[in-house]
Amino acid sequence: MKKKTKLQALFNLLAPFLGLILVLVIFSMIPDVQSRFLRIANLKSVATQSVIVALGALGMTLIIISGGIDLSAASNIALSSVIAAYAINAGLPPLLGILLGVLTGGLVGFTNGALITELRLVPFIITLGMMGIARGLAKWIANNQKIDAPLSWVNELMAKSPRPSWLLLAPGVWLMIIFAVAMAVLLRYTVFGRHVFAIGSNEATARLCGVRTKRAKIVIYTLAGLFCGLSGVMEFSRLTVGDPTVAVGLELDIIAAVVIGGGSLSGGEGSILGSMIGVFIMAFLRNGCTMMGWPNYIQEIIIGVIIVAAVSLDQIRHRRNA
Amino acid sequence: MTSSNSNPVALEMRRITKNFGATCALADVDFAIRKGEVQALLGENGAGKSTLVKIISGALKPDRGVMSLDGRPYHPSDPLEGRRRGVSMIYQELNLAPHLTVEENIMLGREVHRGGFLRCKDIRKKIKETLEFLRHPEIGLDLPVRQLSVGARQIVEISRAIMDKAQILVMDEPTSSLAKEDTERLFQVIRKLKAEGVSIIYISHFLEEVQDVADAYAVLRDGKNVGAGPMAAATLEEIIQLMVGKKMTDLFPRLGHQQGSVLLSLKNLKGLRMSEPVSLDLHRGEIVGLAGLIGAGRTETLRAIFGLDAVEDGLIDVDGVKILKSRPWLMIDNGLGLMSEDRQGEGLALPRSLLDNITLSRFSPYKKFCFLSVKKRAQAAREWMQALKIKAQGPHQPVLSLSGGNQQKTALARLLHQDADVLLLDEPTRGIDVMSKSQIYEWMGRLAAEGKGILFVSSYFPELLGVCDRIAVFYRGRLVEVRPAGDWRDESLMAASTTGRA
Repeated sequence: MKKKTKLQALFNLLAPFLGLILVLVIFSMIPDVQSRFLRIANLKSVATQSVIVALGALGMTLIIISGGIDLSAASNIALSSVIAAYAINAGLPPLLGILLGVLTGGLVGFTNGALITELRLVPFIITLGMMGIARGLAKWIANNQKIDAPLSWVNELMAKSPRPSWLLLAPGVWLMIIFAVAMAVLLRYTVFGRHVFAIGSNEATARLCGVRTKRAKIVIYTLAGLFCGLSGVMEFSRLTVGDPTVAVGLELDIIAAVVIGGGSLSGGEGSILGSMIGVFIMAFLRNGCTMMGWPNYIQEIIIGVIIVAAVSLDQIRHRRNA
Repeated sequence: MTSSNSNPVALEMRRITKNFGATCALADVDFAIRKGEVQALLGENGAGKSTLVKIISGALKPDRGVMSLDGRPYHPSDPLEGRRRGVSMIYQELNLAPHLTVEENIMLGREVHRGGFLRCKDIRKKIKETLEFLRHPEIGLDLPVRQLSVGARQIVEISRAIMDKAQILVMDEPTSSLAKEDTERLFQVIRKLKAEGVSIIYISHFLEEVQDVADAYAVLRDGKNVGAGPMAAATLEEIIQLMVGKKMTDLFPRLGHQQGSVLLSLKNLKGLRMSEPVSLDLHRGEIVGLAGLIGAGRTETLRAIFGLDAVEDGLIDVDGVKILKSRPWLMIDNGLGLMSEDRQGEGLALPRSLLDNITLSRFSPYKKFCFLSVKKRAQAAREWMQALKIKAQGPHQPVLSLSGGNQQKTALARLLHQDADVLLLDEPTRGIDVMSKSQIYEWMGRLAAEGKGILFVSSYFPELLGVCDRIAVFYRGRLVEVRPAGDWRDESLMAASTTGRA
């Protein structure tokens, strides 16, 4: 009996990783790909490619657990990258440019949160509107072009081989790891984190129990916005230009990552670890498909299937537990 | 339980009045409860019990009247303030966050923390002690609440109230979804709380349980005090008499109708949400009333007949056609029609027009190839609007903008237009004005005279007595007894519905 429960505990611990392990195993068994797939250089490059979606997913996890959604994430990333490029191009010191980019994201998130709580409209509508507004603003500010900015240390953030070689991974990857740990701690060990779950699970009860739901929601969306801002800075760092047309449709990748990782669109469920695994499942799939020389559309079909399969498996697991 | 009679008064309410628009929910109601007392708050549906406890909890504010708690004025502006003053409510629909664990739910909104970081160790011990005090030490602190039984969830809510140091506990129908053993355990908990000096306001329709657990009772009828006293000094019959009051009977226009052959026959029908199988016959030209408390199995039976809930066992015989698995489309083909108790959520397509709503279940007369004639449908809708005296600007008006009575008549018009032989009416007169009610009764009589059969679910006994030929009473999922309407009285219906004994 006890052994069984221990085994079960081990299974539950590993369950979120199963999908990822499966993807890794499958690709490393294919002869053509085998030799390149698990190479350190390839792993590093997948990690670097994941940074932008992963940072967005940190905030999206928070939002989805609280029962909301953010469709403006990708537009926010584009706007923030444009603002950062604009500032640096105008001669501001790179650090200030980065800061402005991140704050822009935070401001968009704050606006989302404030509108959702004050107008009492569903997040889907507010952020759908914001999706257009932020994208439009980005194009306007960039005059519908890419903004060139002088190369600086900012562009090192996403370099596959970081300058001081002892870093091993790109600074952006380290930032992603640090923030992921911080968010996991926030969700698990703080009062705020618990309130996020409570709001998503039963908002009326949370309010009745004295949780300041409005304030919490504004904080949630602002935090998520800040992560989009940081993600935008990373986008700028990668491209070396501020491009207002970048990341179109990326919000769906971010949402997919959270959902693959066990987030429930009706709220109350989700985890940072799960979302990060979701990000890496998609990243490794893309990477593997590219190595196989499969066209883009095959990747799209596979990822579509993975989303449906992952969520339905999760449902089945839940139903058995309930 | 005379010991509590000498305790000081915990909560006192005087001359509480509350109006909703033109309707008066409470008129000069007095209420008082002592420390360590269990007081039953009784009355029929709509008597004002819910309004009164909402005022106690702080969810509603009275228009007039004063309240005091432990001798100090008590006027909560919201439930949160009520809880801070020690008044907690255990709702009928439980107020828990299903994804959170037992511990998280109990501590929600008052987490112990240092600099925002949770500190759980000490508090876990306290929660465990509380659960042990409530004699439910088996409830695991780390289980998500949605994995608990209804009874266990209730204990979690009570624990939350105790951790809140609640002095007044309001329980609204706490046993309606509990099994017998859980009910017994809940009563043990109530007795323990009482011994600790907690006052409990106990609302329930199950009078025998009330007699078992309460020290005193207060009865409301039509928003007024009609009686109160120690439980031991009153009999069930006296309390039922108080709840029911004296009623008039000429409200119900009766049309002579004669019974014919069996039209609908249920043979051990057991639907997904029914706890026991039901057998019942409905004849041509007959109105059979289904009485009982909410959740007793009346609505569940109608839904199984019509195929809205899956049928697990048994047989439905509609005028000789045997049906094993009912489906709404199939039942409509066989001449059945159902009017839902949830008029706004299920019964009507609110944003759509009268003509869409009335003709929705039978388009065939207006079809040419695959096109529908709006003109012909509007004409038909107009005729039914006239026949039922539905007040509206025209057939194109959205149902949303009609009054409750006219909405309900629209729902009835759909069944009439469908020309159903068997009408399943679920609370057709709930929440509508007297005039519309009387028109609906009249139509029911007319339909019976035409040889149609009607199953009529209602929580309002006088209308069942006034309209039906036979009345069947349900109690906790079981059909207790069917008798001719003349053999029932208000009191016996109430007794059978609340005790399960006819």
